[in-house]
Amino acid sequence: MTLTTDRPTERPRTGTLVEQFELGLDAPICLTWELTYACNLECAHCLSSSGRRDPRELSTAQCKAVIDELQRMQVFYVNIGGGEPTIRPDFWELLQYAVDHQVGVKFSTNGVRVTPERAAFLASPACNGYVDVQISLDGATAEVNDYVRGPGSFDTALAALQNLQDAGFTDAKISVVCTRQNIGQLDDFKALADRFGATLRLTRLRPSGRGADVWDELHPLPEQQRVLYDWLMAHGEDVLTGDSFFHLAAFGESLPGLNLCGAGRVVCLIDPVGDVYACPFAIHDNFLAGNLLADGGFQQVWQTSALFADLRSPQTGGACAKCEFFDSCRGGCMAAKFFTGLPLDGPDPECVQGYGEQALAADRVVPAPSQDHSKTSPTRNQPVMLQLLTRPPSQPPVSACAESPLSGFTP
Amino acid sequence: MDDLLGEPWMLSPSVALRPEPFGALAYHFGNRKLTFLKRPELVAVVRGLIEAPDVRTALETAGVPASQHPAYAAALRGLAATDMIRRRTGENGAAA
Repeated sequence: MTLTTDRPTERPRTGTLVEQFELGLDAPICLTWELTYACNLECAHCLSSSGRRDPRELSTAQCKAVIDELQRMQVFYVNIGGGEPTIRPDFWELLQYAVDHQVGVKFSTNGVRVTPERAAFLASPACNGYVDVQISLDGATAEVNDYVRGPGSFDTALAALQNLQDAGFTDAKISVVCTRQNIGQLDDFKALADRFGATLRLTRLRPSGRGADVWDELHPLPEQQRVLYDWLMAHGEDVLTGDSFFHLAAFGESLPGLNLCGAGRVVCLIDPVGDVYACPFAIHDNFLAGNLLADGGFQQVWQTSALFADLRSPQTGGACAKCEFFDSCRGGCMAAKFFTGLPLDGPDPECVQGYGEQALAADRVVPAPSQDHSKTSPTRNQPVMLQLLTRPPSQPPVSACAESPLSGFTP
Repeated sequence: MDDLLGEPWMLSPSVALRPEPFGALAYHFGNRKLTFLKRPELVAVVRGLIEAPDVRTALETAGVPASQHPAYAAALRGLAATDMIRRRTGENGAAA
């Protein structure tokens, strides 16, 4: 990627909204802010490789200063995540501060601290309806969920949803990362959401953070991409996607949403130490725009970083420009390409026209991570991604007394 | 002609406008809808509603030619559908 600070002084006044978005906005629309790298869980596919708190984590006062700046920039809401944001002792204080300063909050949690008391607070007038809660769940059954999120995490998430419902908190979100193992559960997820009066939110598995280690095993198979696309086309109005699946637009009709890569244009990420990255899925030095403590604040980084200026300049389609579907998928997800070692101006690794598989088969070097806050030694919450082989009941175990050399062999 | 042109309207009290190079971004803190005003002229019209006795005057003040009034009326109807703008009634009805 070439960096340049040259930016046309006059931008065109006309053009579609998407064309305008590609040139960047004065402030982000969709800002993700990860408050901490600390987490009670150790999900196998964690996109930020979270686990341990970073000692340089922004203090309460620094976080409040960030909220003040977001209010000045008219960033109307922020997506708060982590790590597990609710295990920061000042989480609820910061939530209240944001709401009181016209910065709405949508926070993602595994549910560990969503007790009946906290659920009542979230449903109370103190939050003024400015708070959205997203409970992460990556399987509609404990078996599928806990395999990647760790033992007990399904029960924790459902207890949180129950607490929210009992407290009268309406329209919680159930946030699902779509994997090879849960694509078959889409209807079950929808039923689960309906049961709790919640809205289903589906997002794409990225090979970011620890996700790089499990992507080969977990990313949906090509035929599952089609199942997902058809399901989204049928349920598009009732299901949120965070504009996650624009690479599927190459199947034909575009899914609802903007269908563009917003990295550095309308989207960005503030990490727990104040580093600003182009997108939540791109926590890597190559996509680091600056630090809001070192570089004069968030607005300064958003408006003047050389990386963001480059992302807002016209991009070439590279190998994809010849494809008839380029206008619909725009080459797919930058982070998915980067973390699988593919060129940024080529096809997405999950290109539904099959160009991704060809690209993955060619020579490539998966980039080394530039940060890792994973716990150094596993805890009881670590998922164990092994499955016991189940023996069909027609085949009893071969006992040590069976002397035949062919015992247990069924041709 | 759309009746709206002769009526007094205003930006909803729970809506904030954020200027952007293409126009503005309107955010409704109540229903949390985000809308894009894709022309600076439309932004000027929406901002001017509260000062004007009716929508037609707001359009004229913003310099929108009469030939484009129906198109702007349709755009304003769209904004009204999500409560971005609302009709002034009662004590709000008089121009400020």
